[in-house]
Amino acid sequence: MNEEQKKIVAGYKTVGKSFPKKVSSQLLSGQPVFTDDITPSDCLVVKLVRSPYAHALVTEIDTKVAMRIPGVVAIYTYKDVPQKRFTHAGQTFAELSPQDRLLIDQRVRFVGDVVAIVAGETEEAVDRAIKMVKVKYEVLEPVLDFRAAKDNDVIIHPEDNWQALVPVGADNKRNLVAHAEDTHGDVDGIMDDCDVVLKHSYHVRPANQAMMETFRTYTEIDRYGRLHVISSTQIVYHCRRIIANALDIPKSKVRVEKPRIGGGFGAKQTVVTEVYPAFVTWKTKRPAKMIYSRYESMIAATPRHEMEVTIKIGAMNDGTIRALDMYTLSNSGAYGEHGPTTVGLSGHKSLPIYTANCEAHRFDYDVVYTNVQAAGAYRGYGATQGVFALECIVNELAYKLDMDPMELRMKNIVREGMTMPAYDNEVANACALDECIMRCSKEFDWENKKNPVDLGNGKIRAAGMALAMQGSCISNVDVGSCTIKLGDEGTFNMLIAAADMGTGCDTILAQMAAEILDCELDDISVFGADTDASPYDSGSYASSTTYITGMATKKAAQSLRTNMIKIAAEMLNKPVEELEYNGDGVYAKDGSGFVSRYDIATKSMCNNTIPATVTASHSSPVSPPPWMAAMVEIELDKETGEVEILDYHAVVDCGIPVNPALARVQAEGGITQGIGMALTENITYNKKGRILENSLMNYKIPSRLDNGRLNIEFERSYEPTGPFGVKSIGEIVINTPAPALVSAIAKATGVWHRDLPVTPQKILLNMDYE
Amino acid sequence: MEISMTLNGRKIKASIEPNTLLIDFVRAQKCFSVKRGCETTNCGLCTVILDGKPVLSCSILAARCNGKTVETLEGLQEEVAPFTKFLAEQGADQCGFCNPGYIVNFAALLRENPDPTDEEIDFYLSGNLCRCTGFESQRRAFRNYLNYKKEQEGAK
Ligand code: FES
Ligand code: FES
Repeated sequence: MNEEQKKIVAGYKTVGKSFPKKVSSQLLSGQPVFTDDITPSDCLVVKLVRSPYAHALVTEIDTKVAMRIPGVVAIYTYKDVPQKRFTHAGQTFAELSPQDRLLIDQRVRFVGDVVAIVAGETEEAVDRAIKMVKVKYEVLEPVLDFRAAKDNDVIIHPEDNWQALVPVGADNKRNLVAHAEDTHGDVDGIMDDCDVVLKHSYHVRPANQAMMETFRTYTEIDRYGRLHVISSTQIVYHCRRIIANALDIPKSKVRVEKPRIGGGFGAKQTVVTEVYPAFVTWKTKRPAKMIYSRYESMIAATPRHEMEVTIKIGAMNDGTIRALDMYTLSNSGAYGEHGPTTVGLSGHKSLPIYTANCEAHRFDYDVVYTNVQAAGAYRGYGATQGVFALECIVNELAYKLDMDPMELRMKNIVREGMTMPAYDNEVANACALDECIMRCSKEFDWENKKNPVDLGNGKIRAAGMALAMQGSCISNVDVGSCTIKLGDEGTFNMLIAAADMGTGCDTILAQMAAEILDCELDDISVFGADTDASPYDSGSYASSTTYITGMATKKAAQSLRTNMIKIAAEMLNKPVEELEYNGDGVYAKDGSGFVSRYDIATKSMCNNTIPATVTASHSSPVSPPPWMAAMVEIELDKETGEVEILDYHAVVDCGIPVNPALARVQAEGGITQGIGMALTENITYNKKGRILENSLMNYKIPSRLDNGRLNIEFERSYEPTGPFGVKSIGEIVINTPAPALVSAIAKATGVWHRDLPVTPQKILLNMDYE
Repeated sequence: MEISMTLNGRKIKASIEPNTLLIDFVRAQKCFSVKRGCETTNCGLCTVILDGKPVLSCSILAARCNGKTVETLEGLQEEVAPFTKFLAEQGADQCGFCNPGYIVNFAALLRENPDPTDEEIDFYLSGNLCRCTGFESQRRAFRNYLNYKKEQEGAK
């Protein structure tokens, strides 16, 4: 930050301060605020008949017996649904994800794919009916190995009405969801000229978001005859469009509302449950509800894209990194949700970290269909996989060059003011990555911890490090909006369609509004989100809410402030130039008069033509990256292969943290999820393509005994295009644990693990006993 | 079948199916704080206090609670209020879905051990998963609360 920026930031009254969340007392006292708590329970229960095969055609389906079970109301099969294809991906139209879904398809494409929708008056009736639906399948050969999917003889989406709305290199006849090649500079020539060239492949599995509240949706016909959907979703507006597409009804017939969300992490950026009860309600005109079990959330939802990232790095003996060459193979599973977009981040949101000396880079990718659960959006969205590969190979390079990995990084990282060729030539306007590294190493005591120590009791202590980046929105796409109205007594209502899924956006956006309106945080009531009431917003994903919706909030607050002065001008009978707003109200600069916010609010409701409700929207041509550095110390047990995390230090440059307490919890939560992905969260399949880790019993997410001590600090930078200098924090924080832990494990054992998670079994099997 | 129990201090009688789980029973009694996060007794979201002991309400039949005393967060508001403030201060509520389970369990811990160490807290609450926070904010809040309580007692 320069001096001027420091001064601006020092002047903030509400932004940059920690406040409890707006909903704290409701959440902490266990009030009914989630979907299943606030919707009636005497509605139809909706569940699905699911395919036992990874790839098959439904040849016969008989629902007659099942329909005779008392309480069963409706059973729908592929014969009953609209035949226009659509996507479940919550993205701005025209979606980059292919239109490859039907509500129910005759072809089932993974174990768990939908075969029939069953609705009934009780859960027991529905469960019985599911067992009584008689299905005959023609079992087809599945494609289970994503490395063999492209141009395989088995085609997963042979249908003629499959459609890619945007040219992303997709070709359903080749099992391709997306493909691209992109080279800057003479990559091969420079590689030839380098002293050291390393090339390795890194494999990340389809980790599950495992938010504590599973997917759930309630639907009813409202008093205007429209479809009213209450769902745990991050994307009310996209959700509305997708439901209308699935049911083939006008979008104007659908209203989507979200109550509190019990965690999302990207999972709820894809429509998972919504379309099924919506279809039931639209057909039967009766209220309906679908609550996903944990089992369903594990086997038929929308996890991270499995990726194998092959990366080649060219460097000189002094550590100068001159060329980067990345190829990502991404597994989209049975459907293409978020396939063409996640893969892009594996390169675009990793390679720019090493901008300083990089003369050439290449980034190619393929995204393929296979017969496993479709992937989707998960915190980090492809950047996680790319950063894992890049940061691992940089650590391996340091090892090869016998250099301190921290020094190697200080020599090559992007610095403030640099143009980043691997990031659409955007300029790093705000970048404190160097300060993040220095501060992290100091507080972690890298100098004394970087070399492994054999403790003599069968245990080794070792340390590892990693850097990370992300974006702050989808540039030129995301739209954020905010409506603020002046209400009775001079307090404010803020209406948004960004979705607080635990992230705290209700609170931090209100802090921004309070900063401009110069009022107490409690003077602002927040409402979100409802497509009938909230202004348009793409929704909460791509780390965009603080940066994009934040700017919309700032703009809305500014114009409301201006309008309040105008209303006051009429009241005081003075030109606006002679008036000033000071938070309490508007006063005449010459001291001749004052009207309070309360008075202005009252006036706004009587003989007034100046809007006391304003809406503003925002989009951005750039997506400024947040940056971070992290270091971890572990104790590895040579007898058991167990890794204990002792100490995790991370320093994040998210611009200006709006609410440091909430930003810190974001970081701690993201790091812990990253630790799970690195060490314990495994996904494997049996020969038939069935997922084995299908519950929280065998899909092991970290408990409070597993994540060591986390120490988070912030290095502030000031992003000139963001409101109040902010960037983002939500996603970047999941990216460092895997590469940092892998390098610590390598220091302890001499083995570089390139396949996550690094379980004790893998460590023992590969232990280098020399 | 008919059962009666004391739920949050109130004597209730109800007719239930023999296979009704306690979690479904208390939610039907409008104790919506009790949440379900799994089917395998791994998440701890459904924690309630049965005759003074914390239990997973997803793994107990309501019928087994006949004649017993059940407390959910709805009935523990006064008991937990002194420490939930500290959770709010740390932003430890996050999405909030896991909060009732670990708050009830922490209240149960305090009844057994009014001055637990950090290790004792971690151990006691280890069955209460949270996917949002990484647990550190909860630790800070509990520590701040316990320190505050000691200060208050010292001042007396
Ligand atoms: S619901 Fe998960 S332990 Fe009871
Ligand atoms: S706060 Fe979301 S699961 Fe704990």
